[in-house]
Amino acid sequence: MQDFFIRYPRVWRAFDILLPFLATLAALGVGAVLLMVFDANPIVAYGALLDGAFGSTNAVADTLVKATPLLLVALGICIAFRGGVINIGGEGQLVLGAVTATLVGLALPDMSGYLLIPIALIVGFLAGGFWGAIPGLLKAYFNVNEILSTIMMNAIAVQGMNYLLRGPMIDPVQLDAASRIPQTARLSAAFDLPRLVPTRLHLGTALAVIAAFLVFIFLWRTVVGYRIRAVGLNASASRYAGINVPRNIVLAIALSGAFCGLAGAIQVYGLHHRMFTDGSATGFTGSAGFNGIVVALFGQLHPLGAIPASFLFGALIVGANKLQRVMQVPSSFIIALNGLVVVFVVSADYWRRRIARRREAEVVSEEIATSEAEVPT
Amino acid sequence: MITELFTTTVLVGILASGFRLATPYLYASLGETFGQKSGVLNLGVEGIMLLGAFAAFYTTFITENLWLGLLAAIIVGGIMGLAVAVINVTLKAEQGISGIGVFLFGLGMSELLFQKALGTVETVSGFSSINIPFLSDIPIIGEIFFQHNFLVYIAYLMVPVSWFVLSKTTLGLKIRAVGENPEAADTLGVSVSGVRYFTQIFGGVMSGIAGASLSIALLNVFQQNLTSGLGFIAVALVYFGGWRPLGVLVGSLIFSMVNALQLWVQVLDIPIPSDIAVMMPYVLTILALVIAVQRVRPPSALTKPYERGG
Repeated sequence: MQDFFIRYPRVWRAFDILLPFLATLAALGVGAVLLMVFDANPIVAYGALLDGAFGSTNAVADTLVKATPLLLVALGICIAFRGGVINIGGEGQLVLGAVTATLVGLALPDMSGYLLIPIALIVGFLAGGFWGAIPGLLKAYFNVNEILSTIMMNAIAVQGMNYLLRGPMIDPVQLDAASRIPQTARLSAAFDLPRLVPTRLHLGTALAVIAAFLVFIFLWRTVVGYRIRAVGLNASASRYAGINVPRNIVLAIALSGAFCGLAGAIQVYGLHHRMFTDGSATGFTGSAGFNGIVVALFGQLHPLGAIPASFLFGALIVGANKLQRVMQVPSSFIIALNGLVVVFVVSADYWRRRIARRREAEVVSEEIATSEAEVPT
Repeated sequence: MITELFTTTVLVGILASGFRLATPYLYASLGETFGQKSGVLNLGVEGIMLLGAFAAFYTTFITENLWLGLLAAIIVGGIMGLAVAVINVTLKAEQGISGIGVFLFGLGMSELLFQKALGTVETVSGFSSINIPFLSDIPIIGEIFFQHNFLVYIAYLMVPVSWFVLSKTTLGLKIRAVGENPEAADTLGVSVSGVRYFTQIFGGVMSGIAGASLSIALLNVFQQNLTSGLGFIAVALVYFGGWRPLGVLVGSLIFSMVNALQLWVQVLDIPIPSDIAVMMPYVLTILALVIAVQRVRPPSALTKPYERGG
């Protein structure tokens, strides 16, 4: 099987791109079994899923809206992974970006929207970066495993959000109401990100796509981006080459967090126009901080690859919501399905890397063979 | 108010519940210690705990037999451990991410099953306390240590057992060899995959029991996200404990004491917002990690899949 791919590189290229899709299909297959166990017809269910994601202009717009935070988080994940850091803290960084951006909007209600929206988005960007920099510093200078510290930072951010939204930041209307729903007041309508077409699609989606191109240029066309990738590829070689490894580790994860923070700020200004919580992280983020990791892997850790990948994942989530409404399947099914997709995509990734390595070895040995042939005897 | 914390009754109460609440940490962290010692990071402990907790609760609810409930948790945990082994050992997935997938699956699946099978929060009568003869009559000491249920005692018994297995047996030597230098172990005829499959299934079983200890021994309920981050802290405790059962014990006790304190703070109506109080164990975990990693080195092959000639 592997030899076959090595002999036919073009087939391999196609397989390379198809593999995440196959993995997702496999996950959906297991999901179908689950649906059958719960007495739901999987064909009808997945039909509803497709219809929900692509069935109308509104559906496609919703898919794009859902894809937006996924794309931004995925961009952050690309930077972190290219720098050799695993950022599981997207959820917390997203929450921090959203909370701080909301604070800006609430504190300056009379400012012009043209001025306030950029300020709020930058604040969200910086706040996410700050939340990412903490585990970055701990990893670079104290050797603390970033997987664990970012998970803890998620929990801290969520508790902080719950505290603020139940206390100091709660909507004054809710304060008087008996229900006391933990959410802020709606931000001034002057701060809404412009809608692109008469749907829920907003400017944030375009910003995210522009950001993808910027991240691509940053990683592959600037010195700083080159250093981050060098550290990710081989930290000790980079050290010998004179690159400050700890500083680039902090930079990679801080930038990663910054894009997650920006995702949170855009969710507030483009979609919800307020901040709310259901007590967990997922209530506001919809697990975008985790799903963005899968999107990044789907796009093969390439910022431009993340664009179509995020669209597909947005479709999956929007479609799953429809599935839930039509088939009365609890939303927890989507969380479980999500987990399956993560597991399948990340497991499939091994085969891709393995074939890539074999091919490289093949190419190198061929080059050696040809160069030896050229050596005069 | 604050002074109420310092009466004997309250202090004994905090220590006793702290001792009891260490149970799920102990099961999950000791299981994870075996896995990490063999070089595999299972970040999905939280998800396996949730599934184990549901399996134990539902089985007990239907059959009214606690032992069948415990057995169900063990089986579910074992199956999940096997799945983790396939993903991380055979398919060589990136362990930091696959674990998040396992967690999300466990979180969603346990809630889905809960909603379909139960629908509302029910209670069961869990394992009842066993007072150890004579010892439980000692004032204060007896109340803190010797008036707990079966699963609590077994959790503490697992500490010396784990230590013995890891440091004094051939199996333990194989586990450590595979986690430190898989190439050398492989050369000497130790099956790297075999050992790692064993530790992952064992870790899954322990996570399942950790979940059961919550749903049929300590809290006696099941609700969505019952574990609320406990499984992730359990993984961090392995780092904190320096990959040693005794270190894990110390870490588990510190964390459960902080948790018990935080619960009593809420009970006594001391004016600290509960969201902030809940935040404390996580802040403590990060600080604990900073201190802990300066002392010991993780197993060399941790999170690195093994490949012959690779």
